[in-house]
Amino acid sequence: MSDDHSKHHIVQPSMYAAILGALLVFTVLTYYVAFIDLGVLSNFVAMGIAVTKGSLVVLFFMHIFYSTRLLWVVVVGSFGWLALMLILTLGDYVTRHWDVQKHIFF
Amino acid sequence: MSAHVIDSKPLIEDKVEHKEQENYLTAGYSLKSWLLTLDHKRIALLYLISITAMFFVGGIFAALLRLELMTPQSDLFEPDNYNKLFTMHGIIMVFFFIIPAVPGVLGNFLLPLMLGAKDVAFPRLNLLSWYVYIVGAAFTMFTIVSGGVDTGWTFYTPYSTSSSQTHVVPVVLGLFITGFSSILTGLNFMVTIHRMRAPGLTWFRLPLMVWSIYATSIIQILGTPVIAVTLMMAGLERIFRIGIFDPNLGGDPVLFQHLFWFYSHPAVYIMIVPGMGVINEVVTCFSRRSIFGYRAIAFANVGFVVFSFVVWGHHMIVSGQSVYSALIFSILSYLVGIFSAIKVFNWTATMYKGSISFDTPMLYVFGFQGLFLIGGLTGLFLAALGFDVHVHDTYFVVAHFHYVMVGGLVMAFLAGIHFWWPKMFGRKYPEGISKFAMILIFSGFNLTFFPQFILGYLGMPRRYASYPDEFQVLNIMSTAGGSVLGLGFLLVGVYMVWSLFFGKEAGQNPWKATGLEWEHTTSPPPTENFYETPVVNEDPYNYANRDFLKDFNKEVKASA
Amino acid sequence: MHSSDHSAHHPALAHHFQDLEQQKDTTWLAMWVFLATEIMFFGGLFLAYVIYRSSYPDAFAIASNALNVNMGLGNTFVLIISSFTMAMSVYSAQMAQTGRLIVFLILTLILGCTFLGVKYFEYKDKFDSHLVPGRHFDFAYHHDPITGATLHNEHEGASNKPSSGHEATGHSKKALREIQIFFSLYFAMTGLHAFHMIIGAGLLIWLVISAMKGKFSKEYNSPVELVGLYWHFVDIVWIFLFPLLYLIGRHHHG
Repeated sequence: MSDDHSKHHIVQPSMYAAILGALLVFTVLTYYVAFIDLGVLSNFVAMGIAVTKGSLVVLFFMHIFYSTRLLWVVVVGSFGWLALMLILTLGDYVTRHWDVQKHIFF
Repeated sequence: MSAHVIDSKPLIEDKVEHKEQENYLTAGYSLKSWLLTLDHKRIALLYLISITAMFFVGGIFAALLRLELMTPQSDLFEPDNYNKLFTMHGIIMVFFFIIPAVPGVLGNFLLPLMLGAKDVAFPRLNLLSWYVYIVGAAFTMFTIVSGGVDTGWTFYTPYSTSSSQTHVVPVVLGLFITGFSSILTGLNFMVTIHRMRAPGLTWFRLPLMVWSIYATSIIQILGTPVIAVTLMMAGLERIFRIGIFDPNLGGDPVLFQHLFWFYSHPAVYIMIVPGMGVINEVVTCFSRRSIFGYRAIAFANVGFVVFSFVVWGHHMIVSGQSVYSALIFSILSYLVGIFSAIKVFNWTATMYKGSISFDTPMLYVFGFQGLFLIGGLTGLFLAALGFDVHVHDTYFVVAHFHYVMVGGLVMAFLAGIHFWWPKMFGRKYPEGISKFAMILIFSGFNLTFFPQFILGYLGMPRRYASYPDEFQVLNIMSTAGGSVLGLGFLLVGVYMVWSLFFGKEAGQNPWKATGLEWEHTTSPPPTENFYETPVVNEDPYNYANRDFLKDFNKEVKASA
Repeated sequence: MHSSDHSAHHPALAHHFQDLEQQKDTTWLAMWVFLATEIMFFGGLFLAYVIYRSSYPDAFAIASNALNVNMGLGNTFVLIISSFTMAMSVYSAQMAQTGRLIVFLILTLILGCTFLGVKYFEYKDKFDSHLVPGRHFDFAYHHDPITGATLHNEHEGASNKPSSGHEATGHSKKALREIQIFFSLYFAMTGLHAFHMIIGAGLLIWLVISAMKGKFSKEYNSPVELVGLYWHFVDIVWIFLFPLLYLIGRHHHG
């Protein structure tokens, strides 16, 4: 199995610079959006921006965009596992309904 | 399945011309050559010595607590000290024996051999894994001699973080460190399997032992870090009183349990899946048949990887999680049983109409099948919410997990040790005594733990030093069984060591088994594993197409 | 198999690998698998954070506002730029430009140390303000962003110390416990992150020394790439930590 990373093409500095620019822009965006009252949406926006930034780093700085399916599986799998842990555990807390007035999400 | 007959492989040992055959054991006799070895086979033996020692220590704690339980009163030990006994027994057995046993010993020894590789992907990391294990074990030993821990091996908060007066921080630190041994081994094995297979060795030609080790490695990689960070948080809480798990300080003790069991349930699959891998190898060899349902078993391992991570809440049914959570975890726990069932059925089907021989490894397989079945089924009992409410924290649970861990894993481990002993040391163990020891272990085990099902069902709680008088008879039976079981284990240790010096020399392939480790290298193997890189062009367990089948019975008897 | 062919034997090739390509692929996969373990490791803390933030949203907002958001923002810029310089050092290594490689590595190191320096000052500020969880935790908060009230709690029971008889103005004991949990998570998460950065700095120093010794070439530069992966990962963790810790409920702030 050698159709792997070694045959990768070398990412050019211009691409890195473009990603850097995007990351800086998103950072500024997340900072300013935090000061706007979006209610419940602010969580989603903040996390959406963070996930986008993280994805840019993973895909381009860490070369996953150019890598094999195996590595994609490892990356997606590990974040997926984290999501699994969060969702299943949160499922417990969300359905406890101890405080009748203050439900979380429901 | 290949249709053509393959000549039984010419014995490598006949081709090798050495006056005294050099192998990995003779490649250096100094302590340094062992303690600084990079040879996966030597590292496997380092693990063998360590886990055996830890098994012995854990066994002593078991003996002490069973002695206490012979009488209804807590007369031999104060309850506080009794708490320390079962805690140390649990910690040592879980983290220092069962989890590292099969991967550390058999996995390390066999994986590169089964793959046709010279070593694992990262030999130095492999050695580091062992040293990390030793450091973690040292912390635990320190804890024992400085008074032990009394929190139960589960370290439930807030007792462990706020109230317990014992040395929680050192032991938690020790386990944190030991976790890295598990992680690094898993990483090493996973990468080795992906990248270092011999030419022609595609995924579906791999021995199922390799699939099992692969699945185990993934579970180790994804689960162990969570317990590491959880123990870190618990340790910080204990030192700095920060309150993440302490309700007095705003925390939630159930969160600790979620985090703890998120690892500790998959951990039980780290324990059993490698054992199941061993069963594949032994059952095929001693039935002289290919495995029934190769792909089903291979994919069942994948099923374990996924499902083992979504059932942890069944340990917390009465802890305070929501009812809906309990419901989901219960259903998922039933589903995870399917994968075990697939394997047990397929092994039985493998034996059907096979040519069975009753050598010691196969006897352990029989023992495994029956005892793991009982253990697994009682797991389903426990997964039923209504039933669990009654038997949670009773001896029913204790019996269940000992059936799967001892009746299952330890039996499988012993099957593997006996099966590959000739390969590892070039010596046969004494067959008659080994069968006797197996009978001792089997009967002792059942006498110890079957009464515990009844005790639990009748209501005897676990982790109690004293109990109502009417439970005494069953407890005495259990302790008596424990002595027989312990005797059986001791006997195994004795004759195995004896065999190293006085055992009959085994040839390259005394069992006439298939597999690269048997057919392509000597017993014991040389340091580089093979004299020439093997090329694989057939399915595993290809017993049907080996022409030594005809002379099999004669040959085996002659070398017995 | 050319296992006995040593004519192409690179000094960095380990004996159990066939060639540099197999070695590189193997180490690359191994690094990603290691990062998977790191994701789960930090993940445990993220889980605790998610649970407590959803349980105590108000307390978390109050506590988050006590953090210095400009320092956090500055640090975020620093780390992102350091990821860029790290990627550039990988490029330089791949192009066998050792001079530039060393320059970019050193830049990355400087930026990383800047981050740690800022963190040091943040921690010191928290320590001086009695915001470190434990026996001396004392949330004497000056501006409650939600009620808009200005609170001055130096002596009025706003801490873990035994109650002096009257409750704090503006914060119940319950809220204070919840605020303390925020800070526990803040220190645990940023502390673990900073610990990883220190290790990263150590790795960078090792790379600089190796580069100066001329160890890297077009064929063999995987250590640079592997450290790069590690460094980017640490950057990603911070990308999530910044909004989650520093930007909760900021819209209340005038």
